[in-house]
Amino acid sequence: MNGDVHELQLAIVIALFLLVSGLGFAASRWRKAESLENLDEWGLGGRKFGGWITWFLLGGDIYTAYTFVAVPALVFGLGAIGFFAVPYTIIVYPLVLLAAIRMWSVAYRHGFVTPADFVRGRHGSSALALAIALTGIVATMPYIALQLVGIEAVVKTIGVSGDLPIILAFAVLAAYTYSSGLRAPALIAFVKDTLIYIVVIVAVIVIPIQLGGFDDIFAAAGEKFSTDEVPNDGLVLTDAATVGYSSLAFGSALALFLYPHTMTGVLAARSRNTIKRNMVALPAYTLMLGLLALLGYMAIAAGVAPIGEDPNTIVPVLFDDQFPDWFAGIAFGAIVIGALVPAAIMAIAAANLFSRNIYKEYLNRDATPEQEARVARITSIGVKAGALLVVLSLDPQFSIDLQLIGGVIILQTLPALLLGLWHTFAHRWALLAGWAAGLLAGLLMVYDTPNVATGKEHFGGAQYALSNFGFDTEVTLYTGIIALSVNLIIVVVGSFVLRAMGAPAGEDVTRSEDFEVEAGDPNVRPLPGTPGQEEAATT
Amino acid sequence: MDRDRSHRAWYWLLLVPLVGLLVPPIYNHADPELFGLPFFYWYQLAWVPISVAVTALVYRKTREPEE
Repeated sequence: MNGDVHELQLAIVIALFLLVSGLGFAASRWRKAESLENLDEWGLGGRKFGGWITWFLLGGDIYTAYTFVAVPALVFGLGAIGFFAVPYTIIVYPLVLLAAIRMWSVAYRHGFVTPADFVRGRHGSSALALAIALTGIVATMPYIALQLVGIEAVVKTIGVSGDLPIILAFAVLAAYTYSSGLRAPALIAFVKDTLIYIVVIVAVIVIPIQLGGFDDIFAAAGEKFSTDEVPNDGLVLTDAATVGYSSLAFGSALALFLYPHTMTGVLAARSRNTIKRNMVALPAYTLMLGLLALLGYMAIAAGVAPIGEDPNTIVPVLFDDQFPDWFAGIAFGAIVIGALVPAAIMAIAAANLFSRNIYKEYLNRDATPEQEARVARITSIGVKAGALLVVLSLDPQFSIDLQLIGGVIILQTLPALLLGLWHTFAHRWALLAGWAAGLLAGLLMVYDTPNVATGKEHFGGAQYALSNFGFDTEVTLYTGIIALSVNLIIVVVGSFVLRAMGAPAGEDVTRSEDFEVEAGDPNVRPLPGTPGQEEAATT
Repeated sequence: MDRDRSHRAWYWLLLVPLVGLLVPPIYNHADPELFGLPFFYWYQLAWVPISVAVTALVYRKTREPEE
């Protein structure tokens, strides 16, 4: 089947792409604001997305094309371990509900657009804010690059070669993100999720029937795992892998809240209640993701062989084998659009960080809201070009390695961001020291992790063997959690010491009631037209 | 502002899904199967509706009046 171009599939994917591109450009007129020339409008869609839009936006943000492609690929290769995405995306909502509504309130009250804005206002440290902003940008970039890997998997399956399709897709994406800001992915997310839901529902009904039911599917998968040589694979976890499994689920859930693009989706909501309702409704996507993960086993039962050793192609190839061309085309369109939505939100989040916390803070302190928005728009193009360059010029494995590190390093912003929502006990200098130590520890551990299966000596995964610390065990732990522990210990001890020494604390512009305000509360001013730190500082 | 405070006890319920899912020995086995799915898979998927129910309950009990 491979070798020649599947024309019908290609035509459908192009048609869907053109449809969403039109929507992307039209989005600038959707719920039109007086002007898009400030970050509240361009970068947060005016902070007025209601329940449904927020649901689609956050769904598009969290459940990316890469997830749809990589999670089944992981299940295909390793079995039960790949299912960690399910507990991860269930516990994240109850876990971060309180933090998300507090962050929304304080950001609404003070006009914060980025996580680093909050850190600056709360801890009174521009150095710490810069650290948080840079961490966010660095962690987000490979995530954008990975969305391209998702598109690439589809393009390969359709049979088109060369880099031109990806370059074109990203150029169009960059253009409408530039012109419409966050409204573009919000509007496109409707199409994306409708398509994805249809595809998943059809896939989990039709494919198991064609393959003889789940009994046969799991039997085939069990057979594969028991005969191959891959360590730690299987239909259930090996005993040594259980701690790694739950620590990865827990760490990933914490990290998700800290990623700038998730924060962007949260801050764009209209009210606290909008966010709470979404924490109830978002797990619907998790059910879908869990069913999608099982496609990995269906691919085993169907005898799917990945194209060119790239395991990320197994879902597209499975669709190609099991569906008629027209429906496979729709499924591929869904994956491509599913890559564009999060890529746009991530680029906007990174651009907001650059504009607010680097350009305005260090390059042009007197920047007007118009200048802030313009810089963010241009940065969003730069961010996409950078991601494109990384994917085209380097081995895709490099992006995957970077993404692994991204989760580990974004977790190091937890003390400043998450704890900062409740306490100011942590001293700004201790937070900075903890961040640096956590980063260093995390990077060293990831570097020191070999991958036996692929024969790589370094950057072989984000599971660190506890035997490295001298324990006589095969147990591994998610590297991000270990690094975070180092970070937290330094924050706590350092804060005690610094306070005992009388080191000056940063100025906190927030008050405790700011964390509980709801939209429309009396005495909460309407949205500031020109949000900015100098304004927050005088509040 | 005692809006969060008066309902605070309800928020403890949010820990329930964490306990159910972060202790793999509870569910790390193949039997009993359901519709051909080993226990490991359907148990974790079953936590989607349970977690939704818990979060929805907390939402209702801590809801702020809509303006």
